[in-house]
Amino acid sequence: MQNQGLYGLLAEFDNPEDLVAAARRAHEEGYRKMDAYTPMPVHGLAEALGSHRTRVPLLVLVGGLFGCGAAYAMLYVIETYVYPLNVGGRPYNSWPAFIPITFETTVLFAALAAVFGMLALNGLPRPHHPIFNAPRFALASHDRFFLCIEAGDPKFELDAARKFLEGLHAREVTAVER
Amino acid sequence: MDDPRLNNAAVETAHPVIGPGHTYASVTDKISSIVLTEKTPRGWLIGFSVCFLGTMALLFTIANLLLRGVGIWGINIPVGWGFDIINFVWWIGIGHAGTLISAILLLLRQEWRTSINRFAEAMTLFAVACAGMYPLLHMGRPWLAYWLLPYPNTMGTWPQPRSPLVWDVFAVSTYATVSFLFWFIGLIPDFATLRDRAQNRLVKVLYGMLAMGWRGSAFHWQRYESAYLLLAGLATPLVVSVHTVVSFDFAIGIIPGWHATIFPPYFVAGAIFAGFAMVLTLAIPLRKYYRLGDFITMRHLNNMGKMLLATGLIVSYGYLMEFFMAWYSGSPYEKYMVFNRLHGPYKPLYYLLILCNVLAPQLLWSARIRGSQVALWVISLVVSLGMWLERFVIVVMSLHRDFLPSSWGMYYPTAFDWSMFLGTIGFFLTLMFLFIRFLPMISIFEMRTIVPQPAGKARQ
Repeated sequence: MQNQGLYGLLAEFDNPEDLVAAARRAHEEGYRKMDAYTPMPVHGLAEALGSHRTRVPLLVLVGGLFGCGAAYAMLYVIETYVYPLNVGGRPYNSWPAFIPITFETTVLFAALAAVFGMLALNGLPRPHHPIFNAPRFALASHDRFFLCIEAGDPKFELDAARKFLEGLHAREVTAVER
Repeated sequence: MDDPRLNNAAVETAHPVIGPGHTYASVTDKISSIVLTEKTPRGWLIGFSVCFLGTMALLFTIANLLLRGVGIWGINIPVGWGFDIINFVWWIGIGHAGTLISAILLLLRQEWRTSINRFAEAMTLFAVACAGMYPLLHMGRPWLAYWLLPYPNTMGTWPQPRSPLVWDVFAVSTYATVSFLFWFIGLIPDFATLRDRAQNRLVKVLYGMLAMGWRGSAFHWQRYESAYLLLAGLATPLVVSVHTVVSFDFAIGIIPGWHATIFPPYFVAGAIFAGFAMVLTLAIPLRKYYRLGDFITMRHLNNMGKMLLATGLIVSYGYLMEFFMAWYSGSPYEKYMVFNRLHGPYKPLYYLLILCNVLAPQLLWSARIRGSQVALWVISLVVSLGMWLERFVIVVMSLHRDFLPSSWGMYYPTAFDWSMFLGTIGFFLTLMFLFIRFLPMISIFEMRTIVPQPAGKARQ
């Protein structure tokens, strides 16, 4: 393997429009193992790289349903079996009075699912990543926009990929070590 | 039809949400330099020291309270809920504007929220911390606070989930957790910026840990935005539910002046009213001392003035309805409640409340007043006072004279009531000072999204 020790090729852009255009071209070119790094969310970038949906909403739905079911089940079991209190002859399963707690717990679990689900799907926390080896990468949290074609891509050929990226108005193309 | 005020583009040009000439780099530098500077401003040190004195007063009061019990406060029978519940409701109400700005205005795509949401969220978090302290300490034996939670125990008892006080436990703890999560995930990309820009090794490592390895990947951003929007969608009904549950603490009771169906909407509007007042109170000095006029523009202050006016009118409607319902109910106790507000021993406080919350905000109809920072700041303080008085009126004036004249009484706060109240204000401001020194008070990555793109820059 000629690409041993290489993580990928990193192209630097000035503005998000160029990056999105480049990402779209690279995807059309057949590159699949790619990522782009930007200082803020860029509309349409993930789509240009071929990712059209995330599983976060599904996780939030599952979290919310779990919170809702668990809270109501808890209240039901406490109030009808474990510790039934007769308040003025009202039914033990007095569901309207259980709604506030059920609602709050639904929101709590949905929110926890959103945050921890997002972090888990993103593989964070992750203390180190090869992309940080790129000398100018600190600018990815400042004002520069990066596109990385990874060496693991089946179509990756160092010279061809470099030529391709340079043809996309990149300011600079650097190799990133693993 | 040609009125320029109706034209969106014209408004954008005349009253921008960000000053002219800013780029991605300049907003990043400006905001991160406030945190990363080696020099702590002298004004910060003085302000922090003064507020820290307040924190010490709070700790002193709490220590006394734990040693001697709630008898050091002015509460008695019939007024079992004094300053502690007034301040609980006041603080939690203040917190609500932060969630409103960050969640509801995000869903409504109000771009101007971007520069004020971060510190409004911090304000929410710190206000909830102050609020949560009161009911816990009011229990008398706060070390047994976990009895509020449903868990199998050797006493064989469970909390009563039909009681609004138990709803409160779930509502406030969920609100605190979700507010923290919302604030923290908003900070992650900014932690990455600070990590990448810090010169000092230790600072770099600390921010690096908080950033959790964030690298701004497009796939990460996609999930991040999805999670952020969903959190906003969850926080929106949550914030309404929290103050609704707080109002149930009163409305479910049968005390005249409490037992009203207007309470939930009237409390939620009051919370947003108080919260926007606090955002203005904090934002105006901050933009002046940190020269953030380019980011927190007059447009922001103007819009917040309008929010204050709108919510103030809803609150005024609430006051009117209380009077109407008292008359319409035909109940002598409800009617006496109104009579007691207007002619009873605490009547000066009621008239002051009307002055602060109903009359003072009417000044905001004038565009000139909304354009004056000093006027807005003074009105915001007046409104904060008014909202505190409103809770005094609801809590104390309803309890001190209820059904039987033989059980009427008076409530006077003690020195410890005041030191606890001023102490939480000091504690709140201490946390705010720490926040503006160590964390970016304006969301850097969101500011980048509203930087105008230079025309013709994009190459295709």
